[in-house]
Amino acid sequence: MGLKQNLHNFKEKNKDKKWLPGFNALFTFLYMPNETTHNGTHIKAADDLKRTMNTVIMALVPCLIFGMFNAGYQHYLALGEIESANGFLGASFWTIDNLMIGVWKVLPLVIVSYGVGLAVEFVFAIIKGHEVEEGYLVTGMLVPLIVPVDIPLWMLAVAVIFGVVIGKEVFGGTGMNILNPALTIRAFLFFAYPTWMSGDKVWVHGAVERDQAIAAGQNLDAISGETLLGAYAQNSSLAGIDYWDMFWGIIPGSVGETSKFLIIIGALFLIFTKIGSWRIMLSTIIGALVMGLIFNGVVDAGWIGDTSKFYGLMSVPFWQHLIIGSILFGAVYMATDPVTASQTNKGKWIYGFLIGFISIMIRVFNPAYPEGVFLAILLMNVFAPTIDHYVVQGNVKRRMKRLKVKAA
Amino acid sequence: MGLLSKKDTKLITDPLADNNPITIQVLGICSALAITAELEASIVMSISVLFVMGVGNVVISLMRNIIPSKIRIIAQLIVVATLVIIVDLVLKAFAYELSKTLSVFVGLIITNCIIMGRFEAFALGNGPWRSFLDGIGNALGYAVILIIVGFFRELLGSGTLLGIPVLGDPIEKTGLYSIGYENNGFMLLSPMALIVVGIIIWVQRSRNKALIED
Repeated sequence: MGLKQNLHNFKEKNKDKKWLPGFNALFTFLYMPNETTHNGTHIKAADDLKRTMNTVIMALVPCLIFGMFNAGYQHYLALGEIESANGFLGASFWTIDNLMIGVWKVLPLVIVSYGVGLAVEFVFAIIKGHEVEEGYLVTGMLVPLIVPVDIPLWMLAVAVIFGVVIGKEVFGGTGMNILNPALTIRAFLFFAYPTWMSGDKVWVHGAVERDQAIAAGQNLDAISGETLLGAYAQNSSLAGIDYWDMFWGIIPGSVGETSKFLIIIGALFLIFTKIGSWRIMLSTIIGALVMGLIFNGVVDAGWIGDTSKFYGLMSVPFWQHLIIGSILFGAVYMATDPVTASQTNKGKWIYGFLIGFISIMIRVFNPAYPEGVFLAILLMNVFAPTIDHYVVQGNVKRRMKRLKVKAA
Repeated sequence: MGLLSKKDTKLITDPLADNNPITIQVLGICSALAITAELEASIVMSISVLFVMGVGNVVISLMRNIIPSKIRIIAQLIVVATLVIIVDLVLKAFAYELSKTLSVFVGLIITNCIIMGRFEAFALGNGPWRSFLDGIGNALGYAVILIIVGFFRELLGSGTLLGIPVLGDPIEKTGLYSIGYENNGFMLLSPMALIVVGIIIWVQRSRNKALIED
């Protein structure tokens, strides 16, 4: 008798126990259950929700691993202990030292995110007496990738509890939520603890500590922990950073969002496996480019002088908006969340376009929010059902008209 | 309670929990969101509303037979506006700083739906004593929620209660702050007040299933 049969027998024996949903969650994580649907129509397909989630996680793993190396690389680079890597395969990037910083700083984020989030899910499943839902698998992976590396763990834990309960469970759990839970968690952190989520210190490990040491009277050089967006927003020059660095991702930023190269690979993987919607990804990018072009046009027409506080970000060539900041990460992994996005194909185009459009608008116009992607996606999450409604109604109207013409 | 008959007692106790104006009838939300960032402001607001509702309900009840029903809203507005102006002037005279914190929201008591709601639904059809009890009861129900929300928002948002630091000093890093705790800035923003009220509604309805409507 194999392990699967043993587990199945164990499950049969404990059918009435309250904690059974907890066991089931782990059981189906390993195996397909033996039961099949008994009645009614059902679709036969190899991928259930858990397989779908796993596919997304596979697409995210390269970003996470890269993020670990990058955390260490940015740390040592800021300290001046290593040379700049000069490209994706640079000798000073893929080193054990860099990885150790990543393991030390990033893995705890992953553990806290999964530990706390799954604990909340299990508690709710047991109270409500339903099966544990798989929705948190992807959220738990996304959360560590979209926070600064130095965020205190307890803050992350508080935010995860808030995000899972208020963002998801109050609406009825996975599949019923209006807002993307991972972004709800980020929004909570952003508004609750702004000093840890924005500014020019938090994006490189060690910069905050160094700052405190200087404040305490030690004679050290300050480390800059600023993102490129922050630098642009303050109209400062960007000497020493070339576009390939931005594309490969060896720049400061949230843990997993910097490498555009790996995000594009992940996107292709998601599109190939038909998990992510290429319509949303493409339309988000188009939206961002259009907004960037409009701003470039404003600068070219001379409507805004270089003394304006918006000049720095407005004059960024439109295509560069895609490689600074997290618009690509948002487009590929956040906007495409099947629960909170628009469901209709036409709706997906509108939804994605507006996300890109509004992201760049917030990025340029609001210096307090140097990255507007998460706000834009949350906003459009709220509007997604409305978009769908009008798309469906439009379709109904068109077909009614056709019916009338035929009848007449 | 010898003073009050059973029916009269219900007028006061009902709005405290099972017929709470904020969590059950969902009235008066605007002020609950706007002024609850500090506990002191919520308490003063509660007292102001308590005064306006208690007196206002009695006045309307006394006049209920002489107010023509076509212009009753205007008559109610005049009564409530008069009372609110009294409250406003008293606050300006004796608690100027606080009246600045409450700013426009004292004036907006006039438009507080709970007050107009009780005038319409109760004072116009009942005697002065019962109207008084009803006004006090509803104002207390409002106060309970305001104070709960104000308590959590001030404690978690600023680390103080009634302006007194209870969790330590965030700048000197004493008390809780010495182990890395930080104030939750989100608590000071109005959206969080809505979420706190929502959580209260959630807790209340899961304890008393009869309150859940489809």
